[in-house]
Amino acid sequence: MALAIASREVDGVTVLDLSGRITLGEGSVQIRDAIRDLIGKGQKNVLLNLGDVNYIDSSGLGELVGAYTTCKNQGAALKLLKLTKKVHDLLQLTKLYTVFDIYDDEASAIASFK
Amino acid sequence: MKLPARLLRRGGGSSPRPGPEEVDTNPVSAPKQGRMSFSLNSTMESVGEVEAAADKLAEEAGLDEDERFRVTMAVREAAVNAVLHGNEYDPAKLIAVTLENTGGALVISIADQGRGLDPETIPDPLAPENLLRGTGRGIFLIRSFMDEVHFRQLHPGTELTLVKHLASAGEKT
Repeated sequence: MALAIASREVDGVTVLDLSGRITLGEGSVQIRDAIRDLIGKGQKNVLLNLGDVNYIDSSGLGELVGAYTTCKNQGAALKLLKLTKKVHDLLQLTKLYTVFDIYDDEASAIASFK
Repeated sequence: MKLPARLLRRGGGSSPRPGPEEVDTNPVSAPKQGRMSFSLNSTMESVGEVEAAADKLAEEAGLDEDERFRVTMAVREAAVNAVLHGNEYDPAKLIAVTLENTGGALVISIADQGRGLDPETIPDPLAPENLLRGTGRGIFLIRSFMDEVHFRQLHPGTELTLVKHLASAGEKT
């Protein structure tokens, strides 16, 4: 299943609800475009909801890192919400768990941007 | 083991080209324990086909869902390496794939016709200075998910052989 991205605003935070796979050729470019679009609009707070992302490969991991550094370099913050077990395990294995700010609960994640 | 019909073609295209090695395929009647080989074009579609074949191999070997995920992902990463970094999507180059259930292990080899890969030159993706790199995690994931990984230099190209011991499946966390 290809990646679907839906965007919504919650208390000044743009929440991107992702569902599907983030792999080379499936979703990685969409994430990049979505992040660039938000940064171009001056959005500083981005929350990626990965609750419905059931598969991510090394390219997808690289894309998450790219989104993170793009935001950081532009003075914006990117955080992650609701990791599935597979994605959680991959972030732990690759030590990316130490890079990202990760939340299980949306309200807590939104509050953390303030 | 059964494969999608698209995998059965030889040479991966409509016009025959010299492949990395001759194809020996009899998937329709192949038992769970057995071997199959095929060659595919250097496309992302091929990566999906190799991934699906590996998932089928792992499923028929009776691996649990977590182990199936690990094997399938490792094979996908190896296929991406072959198509993207090895053959660089060159339509004149093929990837050669062999999937085997020996009874004691799953053995998957993927060969490209690229410039060659020296695994010693790949930076450690866990090193603090590399954590924010956008690439370089594929081989690490393959090594993490499989019991054995072997590199063989071809002329030209690289062959990766991935091994999952069936007795050990499920023991890794």
